[in-house]
Amino acid sequence: MSVESPEEQADVRGTGEVLLSVEELRTVFYTDKEVIRAVDGVSFDIHRGETVGIVGESGSGKSVTARSIMRLIESPGQILPESSIQFAGEELTEKTEKQMQGIRGGDVAMVFQDPLTSLNPVYSVGNQIKEALRLHQGMRGTQATQEAIDLLEAVGIPDAARRVEEYPHQFSGGMRQRAVIAMALACDPELLICDEPTTALDVTIQAQILDLLKSLQEDHGLAIMFITHDMGVIAEIADRVNVMYAGEIIENAPVVELFESPRHPYTEGLLSSIPGNNPSGDRLTTIEGEVPTPNEEATYCRFAPRCPKEFGECTSVHPVSVPVNADADDHTAACLLYPEDSSSAEAIERHQNAGGHTEVTNE
Amino acid sequence: MSEKTVSRQDAEATSAGVGETLVEVNDLKTYYEAGGLVDSNPVKAVDGVNFEIKRGETLGLVGESGCGKTTLGRTLVQLEQATDGEVLFDGTDVTKLSGEELKRWRRNTQIVFQDPESSLNDRMTIGEIIREPLDVHGVGTPQERREKVRNLLETVGLRPEHYYRYPHQFSGGQRQRIGIARALALEPEFIVLDEPVSALDVSVQAKILNLLEELQEEFGLTYLFIAHDLSVVRHICDRVVVMYLGNVMELGDTEEMFVDPANPYTHALLSAIPDPDPTSEKERIMLQGTPPSPRDPPSGCPFSTRCPMKIRPEKYREMDDELWTAIGIYRNVLRERSRADRSLTDQLRETLGMQTKFSDIEEIRTEVFGDLDMPAEVEQHIDESAAYVADNKESKALEYLQGEFGSVCDTEHPGDNVVSDTGRTSLCHRHLPEYEEPAEYSDVELKTTQG
Repeated sequence: MSVESPEEQADVRGTGEVLLSVEELRTVFYTDKEVIRAVDGVSFDIHRGETVGIVGESGSGKSVTARSIMRLIESPGQILPESSIQFAGEELTEKTEKQMQGIRGGDVAMVFQDPLTSLNPVYSVGNQIKEALRLHQGMRGTQATQEAIDLLEAVGIPDAARRVEEYPHQFSGGMRQRAVIAMALACDPELLICDEPTTALDVTIQAQILDLLKSLQEDHGLAIMFITHDMGVIAEIADRVNVMYAGEIIENAPVVELFESPRHPYTEGLLSSIPGNNPSGDRLTTIEGEVPTPNEEATYCRFAPRCPKEFGECTSVHPVSVPVNADADDHTAACLLYPEDSSSAEAIERHQNAGGHTEVTNE
Repeated sequence: MSEKTVSRQDAEATSAGVGETLVEVNDLKTYYEAGGLVDSNPVKAVDGVNFEIKRGETLGLVGESGCGKTTLGRTLVQLEQATDGEVLFDGTDVTKLSGEELKRWRRNTQIVFQDPESSLNDRMTIGEIIREPLDVHGVGTPQERREKVRNLLETVGLRPEHYYRYPHQFSGGQRQRIGIARALALEPEFIVLDEPVSALDVSVQAKILNLLEELQEEFGLTYLFIAHDLSVVRHICDRVVVMYLGNVMELGDTEEMFVDPANPYTHALLSAIPDPDPTSEKERIMLQGTPPSPRDPPSGCPFSTRCPMKIRPEKYREMDDELWTAIGIYRNVLRERSRADRSLTDQLRETLGMQTKFSDIEEIRTEVFGDLDMPAEVEQHIDESAAYVADNKESKALEYLQGEFGSVCDTEHPGDNVVSDTGRTSLCHRHLPEYEEPAEYSDVELKTTQG
């Protein structure tokens, strides 16, 4: 999917090479009753220096995707063997746990949603930053302390020399998230995975954190994978957006393109249900029904039961990601209506032929 | 107090009275941990607010976390004891009610909580949960109550057969519907909605908002809608109260406030909403730091420590904006230091004349001011204050800076100023005739600083 970008995206995509490439990622959870296909055949790329947003409702598989990249999936979860996660040319799915420990927090760092649970309450903030420095760079003593102070200053915590010895409970919510970001940056990562980093924060603090992430990206040339359910935040920070639904990426486009002309009926529905988009309208547009649990192989469109544009084949053909039309090499949608410039029958055949099958057996 | 004033009026009277005042809040204060014998330093969660809610309207209550909006909502339905002031429902001060009277009045006011995961008892069936208020207040026969619960389930968009299921079998949106059904059970007039959609996804959120609007039309309900998501508030509320640190900063018509905010805090809050449009080039007012502790609020205007439009003393009007902001940050750092606890080791180190983490004032100066161009006069004032800090006299340094760079914002609590024809009020000194209005000021000054 790494192709020449149209002009508006050239400045972002043109220069950077592919840093992370996820191909056909499938992460399943085995339960007594059923097999939950939390991430079901997800493919996307992240280039150096760009911000890729992943947006979707709860249960769509956003966080599991992030955790799969970090190899933080624990039993009964499993990343299926056909999946490929290439980071800077290396295959992460084949790494041993020990090798992964060197990568986690080193080249790839992660910021979680709730800063209070990702900080240890019984160690000072400085100690926790120094832990990362010691593990990955072998830095100790006053040198490490000085580095920790510099990091806290870099993320905009005033009076860092005093703050470095304080404990998480002495920090406010926004400052805790800054400290977590400082920790993630400690080893100069190339990829920062942010899993809903501003969801627990107030808008004014959220604005500060987004601003901070943007300036850090400029300074360090970071690639950011940004997970959120807030379309407003995505519009603000992302260069490209992947929309997830029931374990699959159903649309992928540069951010401006996605907001201006969403193609997948789900994306359209999601955008029109935001209250801000129709301030004085009487009733909000809603999407009927609920997000399904992907517990069987998709031989149909998982959105079909809720889709306003659903037609006969939607229940029998599984849509794959295709360019929305012949000219769009940078905008894909997984919907039988696309490519929009080919006839309905052709489009359906294309989806049918492309649909691979994977067996998941309950062990 | 008679039965008539506290019990629910029939539906006709309700619809006839649309537009008149239902709830009147006068100088309400709710403090936590108040009443210490020697040194009482309470958390001032709600610190003297005034507003009224008209029958049939939706009043929004917005603000950052910790600003006291939930406490205010809970105080209105008497889940918290007010420290001072009054809450008048149809002219009756409910903060003085107790016993039977309070119980009878409670039928009239209900609350829907934020988190549908924790506000439903996992061990009770949905039917029992919704029936509980009816049981408590002894409404009708058991048969009638069950029938009523089934009707309520349909009213909120669930099915009667859900009666015997348990909360864990429902999704977040459905659980919130159950919470709403429970609140409706006693046919209240007034419902406090405490962040009812914050925990939900947008598509589910839209459904719940639509349901709330339908219910309001059907039953003539009056809502106090607490939220931090301003786009939701703009959609559903008729009027909005903006709270900051226990104070009402601005109060008025929703659309008017969103289009033309008067208070500097409202300006900042509105500009912080991420716009779901990647091409928008909105001017953003970035606020410095976090709100101060409600235990020790600023002496003047509550917003003075973060306000980007703070009134400057005459001689600093022309000062470079970046330098002015830096001075603000410097003062905030000192304020926080003066409040931080010193451990025993720190005190020991101090008395022994050793380096402590509190003594590196020079480092802070370089951090805050960097290589900003500073006029000699300002530099001298900063030097003076730094000397106090080096002596561990932070409060002296603060006083000194206050005297030099402070203004009416630091010393006097602003009053409510009426800022529009519709009676919108805003708590800010800038509305006084001798100063520039926040809107004018922001147009001129802020565009230059927010590059």
